[in-house]
Amino acid sequence: MSASALAVSGLGKAFRSYRSEWQRVLSWLGASVKPSSEQWVLRDIEFAISPGEAVAIVGQNGAGKSTLLKLVAGTMRPSEGSVEITGRVAAILELGMGFDPELTGRQNALHAGGLMGFDRKALQEAMPAIEAFADIGDYFDQPLRTYSSGMQVRVAFAVATAFRPEILIIDEALAVGDAAFQRKCFQRIEAFRRDGTTLLFVSHDLETVKKICSRAAFLNSGRLVRFGPAKPVCDEYEQHLFGAGARPPTPPSSSPDPAKFDPELMAASCEVVYGDGRAEIESCWIENSAGERVNVIPSDRSFVWRYEVRFNDAVDDPVFAMLLKTREGVTVYGVDSKQLKVQRRRYLPGELVDVRFELSNRLGPGIYYLNCGVRVDLHDRSEFVSRRVDAAMVRIVDSAPSTIIVGLVNMKADLVLATTHVAVA
Amino acid sequence: MLAPNFKSAWRYRHFILSSIHTEFRARVARSKLGAVWMIIHPLAQAAIFALILAEVMAAKLPGMANSKFAYAIYLLSGMLAWSLFSEIVSRCLTVFIDNGNLLKKMAFPRINLPLIIAGSALINNLLLLLAVLVVFALLGHVPGKQVAWIPLLIPLTMGLGLGVGLLLGVFNVFVRDVGQVVPIVLQLGFWFTPIVYTPDVVPQNVRALLQLNPMTAIVQSFHNAMLFDRPPEFSALAWVAAVAVLLMTAALALFRRASGEMVDAL
Repeated sequence: MSASALAVSGLGKAFRSYRSEWQRVLSWLGASVKPSSEQWVLRDIEFAISPGEAVAIVGQNGAGKSTLLKLVAGTMRPSEGSVEITGRVAAILELGMGFDPELTGRQNALHAGGLMGFDRKALQEAMPAIEAFADIGDYFDQPLRTYSSGMQVRVAFAVATAFRPEILIIDEALAVGDAAFQRKCFQRIEAFRRDGTTLLFVSHDLETVKKICSRAAFLNSGRLVRFGPAKPVCDEYEQHLFGAGARPPTPPSSSPDPAKFDPELMAASCEVVYGDGRAEIESCWIENSAGERVNVIPSDRSFVWRYEVRFNDAVDDPVFAMLLKTREGVTVYGVDSKQLKVQRRRYLPGELVDVRFELSNRLGPGIYYLNCGVRVDLHDRSEFVSRRVDAAMVRIVDSAPSTIIVGLVNMKADLVLATTHVAVA
Repeated sequence: MLAPNFKSAWRYRHFILSSIHTEFRARVARSKLGAVWMIIHPLAQAAIFALILAEVMAAKLPGMANSKFAYAIYLLSGMLAWSLFSEIVSRCLTVFIDNGNLLKKMAFPRINLPLIIAGSALINNLLLLLAVLVVFALLGHVPGKQVAWIPLLIPLTMGLGLGVGLLLGVFNVFVRDVGQVVPIVLQLGFWFTPIVYTPDVVPQNVRALLQLNPMTAIVQSFHNAMLFDRPPEFSALAWVAAVAVLLMTAALALFRRASGEMVDAL
């Protein structure tokens, strides 16, 4: 296995407690003292990563992801097993370690860079590049205490990645800073990867994992549940994540086709239902163009978000609304009957309304949440008569002709390249 | 055992130096008197003791009764040694706890941390030494050529401080009571070392005990070098050196065994 950049075998970490701390001291001196308790936070971890590969670690909080990174990075020592590494490791477990508020950005780059084990001369040579990457202008020569947190992150990341490491280890803590800078960070990581850097990182963003990783490791309660190609591992983790305690709001009657319906997505636990009782959303579901109840939809295939409203009281001019969000809560699209200029009228008790939002689908692969609601717009405010937040989840999956590589939305680009000839000097 | 430590310390020398530099810069930053405060504190303490105890102690100083400032000089020489020792011990005591997050998140040779402390304490002490010599000159006292022993005495004091401090610092990570007890013990130690008094004012049986305290030999050597112009007592210093080497070896061995579990307890 000398070909691997990183090999972990039989790795385990236990936190040991002793009846008295002095017994712990005796154990260092070679005495055979039994710990009063051993808490294994990680055990029997075994995998190997080839040079240049990108591998993500996924798992719930407390699964042992950060501990695994610390063991690989060498800040923590394994209780059993071994970590074998070929080449220089850079571990970004937290940004800004070793930074001093009184030093300027430039001085901190030298200082913290030294802590990272970088050679001073090399750092000085790389300083223009660090300054350019941080891109904080004159602040680079101001004391760090005058920085905004975003600026600190910029300098910290610029220093931490000043030199391409053979192996780059990143904890999820990286999800800081503004979007533009995050993009820049990812570009740098991608550039490292093109030059052969092996990447090992923790992430909760499974779509990113699927996009950039060849393989993934799924940890649960300190055990390696699966190590293999990223997509199946992420799917397995997702099933595990959303599988527990699922109560499908409106499951299909016949046995579902797994390609169209994933029962694990029917996680009703996070749904929020409220309203004043004048009307109730009795049921809601997603239909494909063939009229089948589904929750897995190929990208580019339109679908229908459908719900039934029963009126218990007379309601004047209700507005029927829907909203689609990402898992992070970013609204992708929202619309209502008022905006769509659907005729408004008074609804009477006992009326049952079938609401169908027919949606053309330009979503990128991923999991999205759907809301539905009935509201009344008064002159100064809106009141929800009935609302279901996160009532359903839909998974958009890749469909071959319209794969989206990056982003949430397929903007259906047409590319035109116009070439003219210019004289070459 | 020492070689790899030295090797990694050498590789991180710029970081160590820059940390020491940063520490001083932080102390000087936004303070009007800046570096002067570092010297004012021990000098003020010595001045207070000198004012209060000068009359009581002056007559007791053998061979220096002719100078009315002899006691102040005696006091300052002892304080010089003690401040170096106690600064290293008390800062090593909490070094791993203070840098807990750093130790968890960055992989770097841990030995750098006590070395930074040693370096910064050394600079502090050299500044104090300079100030003390200026005060001596003002008081009309110029140390004789035996003062040349000081450059040997300082590393010895540092070695002793690092040995004690590193041992306690490792223990403190696991048993936090250590951090509470040590400052008290250091206070006791100050009074159990002939700094503000001369050994001959204490009862005979206690005097023998005093000699067991390695800091006694160091402080007395400082007295000899700076005040009495006598060479140090080599037998006593040899015993201190032996203790320092023993403590350092034990501390490094303990440190090596414990460092695996240290991050878990931080």
